Amino acid sequence: MPLYLNEDQAMLADSVTGFLADEGSIKKQLRHYRDINCKDGFGHALWKQFAEMGLTGMLAAEADGGLGLGHVEAGAVLKQIGRNLTPSPFLTTSVMGVTALGEASADLKGRYLPGVIAGDMVLAVAIDEGAKHRPERIAARAERSGNGFRLSGRKDFVVQGASADAIIVAARTSGSDSDADGITLFAVPKDAAGVGHNSVRLVDSAMASHVTFDNVELDGSAVIGEVDGGRALLNKVLAAGRLGAAAEQTGVASGAFDITTTYLKTRKQFGQLIGEFQALQHRAAHLYSELEIADATVMKAQQLLDAGSEKAELMVAVAKAKAGKASSLAVREGVQMHGGVGMTDEFDIGLYMKRERALAEFLGDQYYHAQKVAELSGY
Amino acid sequence: MSDLDTFRQEIRAWLEENCPPEMREPVRDDDDACWGGRNFTFKNEAQKVWLERCVAKGYTVPDWPKAYGGAGMSAAEAKIWREEMVRINARPPLSSFGIWMLGPALLKFGTEEQKVHYLGQIARGEIRWCQGYSEPGSGSDLVSLQTFGEDKGDHWVVNGQKIWTSYANKADWIFCLVRTDKTNKYQGISFLLFDMTTPGVSTKPIKLISGSSPFCETFFDNVVVPKDQIVGQLNRGWDVAKYLLGHEREMISATGGADRAGSLGATLGRNGALEDPVLRAQVALFDVDALAFTCMSEKFMDEVKIGRGHPAQPNMMKYAGTELNKARLELLMSAGGSTALEWESEETEGGALPRSWLRTKANSIEGGTSEVMLNVISKRILELPGA
Repeated sequence: MPLYLNEDQAMLADSVTGFLADEGSIKKQLRHYRDINCKDGFGHALWKQFAEMGLTGMLAAEADGGLGLGHVEAGAVLKQIGRNLTPSPFLTTSVMGVTALGEASADLKGRYLPGVIAGDMVLAVAIDEGAKHRPERIAARAERSGNGFRLSGRKDFVVQGASADAIIVAARTSGSDSDADGITLFAVPKDAAGVGHNSVRLVDSAMASHVTFDNVELDGSAVIGEVDGGRALLNKVLAAGRLGAAAEQTGVASGAFDITTTYLKTRKQFGQLIGEFQALQHRAAHLYSELEIADATVMKAQQLLDAGSEKAELMVAVAKAKAGKASSLAVREGVQMHGGVGMTDEFDIGLYMKRERALAEFLGDQYYHAQKVAELSGY
Repeated sequence: MSDLDTFRQEIRAWLEENCPPEMREPVRDDDDACWGGRNFTFKNEAQKVWLERCVAKGYTVPDWPKAYGGAGMSAAEAKIWREEMVRINARPPLSSFGIWMLGPALLKFGTEEQKVHYLGQIARGEIRWCQGYSEPGSGSDLVSLQTFGEDKGDHWVVNGQKIWTSYANKADWIFCLVRTDKTNKYQGISFLLFDMTTPGVSTKPIKLISGSSPFCETFFDNVVVPKDQIVGQLNRGWDVAKYLLGHEREMISATGGADRAGSLGATLGRNGALEDPVLRAQVALFDVDALAFTCMSEKFMDEVKIGRGHPAQPNMMKYAGTELNKARLELLMSAGGSTALEWESEETEGGALPRSWLRTKANSIEGGTSEVMLNVISKRILELPGA
């Protein structure tokens, strides 16, 4: 498969590009919801528009009312979300949540998928325990209780957790904290007794929860996939989420890069455009090269994941690491090349830096994924 | 089954039958490569047989037209050819500046007669070419070159000096940039071809820090070049040169790319060289960059095939690929420790690693320095002012 979008994918990318440049703009969405101190951190009206565009269920199977598309297509949406810094539940809901629900019972699918596809519901995903992403170790426990389970523990960095209609939780149902087996995924409804949110605003203005589960009673129908055998599904959800985040990072990077090169072409000092200085030209050209490579890597990983290739896991790790490295450089160079105004809230470049920071941390930073590359390569 | 699937099966079967086992071993150094030419000595019978079999089918230049010695493969077929070659680790039957550089320029700028004559010789490995570009005073600023061809009616008389001429002492012919108009800098250069045995041509190898001498100084003292040995128009050789440099950059960038797709850490880890956790981490970060670049190489080739992608993109590929390759050898040297310092021992195959390490330092100089690549990206892709 060649490494560029096919005709259908390019059409989708085009329409999403126009849609988000207009409706998802920094002014209309990020700044607006930030400045009104919105408790969700995103706009529900735009989420409804995502549904009207058919985006909310793009990864869901056609039999489940979705479009049955893949990660190349979802990545095209996320790239534009990144470019416009659009606050959106798309990644956690339509990419990670829908991937998890794909293996849920018909009953559970029926509870959430129609609402998600209609743009009436959002989902959150609770994996991390502690400040760094370490999904190899899961301590939150769900003990068998009657016909169901009783869930206790704490999860961190649950993005949009307090706004979600359900939280998909990775919990331990057997074994010890660092075992690969013994993991089960649950869909915990919003109103379940014993769920506590400490919801905090993050550097990028998104909302995330520290969620506590205190003997939360779940009936058996809340289980997604197999009891104790959830690691494979968790990995599938993680791969989808990581690659989605990487796509969004390349979008953030391209947005930051474009406004920075525009600035280089308009700002004058010492009687000339600063873009005429070779010191800045070479840095911009190096950055261009890093961004091109990150783009290619993300697309390759998307194609491999969509094809179910055994190489997908390695390339997803490469993609998240490379996208993280390149987008971090893009926002750091962006702020520096903007000079003093890069430090002001009025200019958008600082917003890119903040969003990039959050995405870098989400589901593993470049160091976590470089380590993963080493492990998967056998060293 | 699609036509391409059938094609793949045919190629696979042909390779299975015709590629000798010795030609499926990795190429270790320049001696293992088959360069062809009048004076080439085959390393073994397998190398000779492999070349002859490929020549007979046009497989030394699979995507060139059959009339010029190729196999007339489409872009998709050529990709399959390469994939099947890689699958069995087959060595290229022929390595040649004629294939990589002059050929593409002739295909675009040559006359029909030139194509039939020169391309056929290249495809059959009969003539080994070298490239006369740089001069002592004209490196990055190549267009300032001074080697002059004086118009003598039916021929030119060429005088001057070239430098960094790869394998000039082994080459049969040279493609050479020669000034034919001193009054016009860019439109005063012509692209000439001539036989290295022409009276007045001499070469002198240059010893490098790696200890080897792949490059020469090449001197022209009243060298007679017939008028029909020009490619493209008189004084428009710079157009040909620029086009050809694009191919050279692609070729050099490839050395950091697909042919080194394996994980560096996997290789080093097997040798127990990664006990130092900080070095291991550096290698892991390198592997991220290296694996990412293999994706970029694949995307670049896919886009070239359909004429998409920025025309200046080879400059980016060259920049990124060569910097990556230098980083790779730095890590190999660190992992090697004091063993990697041995310059002549038998165990180290005569200091193969430190010599390669030093050789890679030229990657980001030859064919346009990294700094020139960044200049070109700034100007042509980013369209930054005054670049």
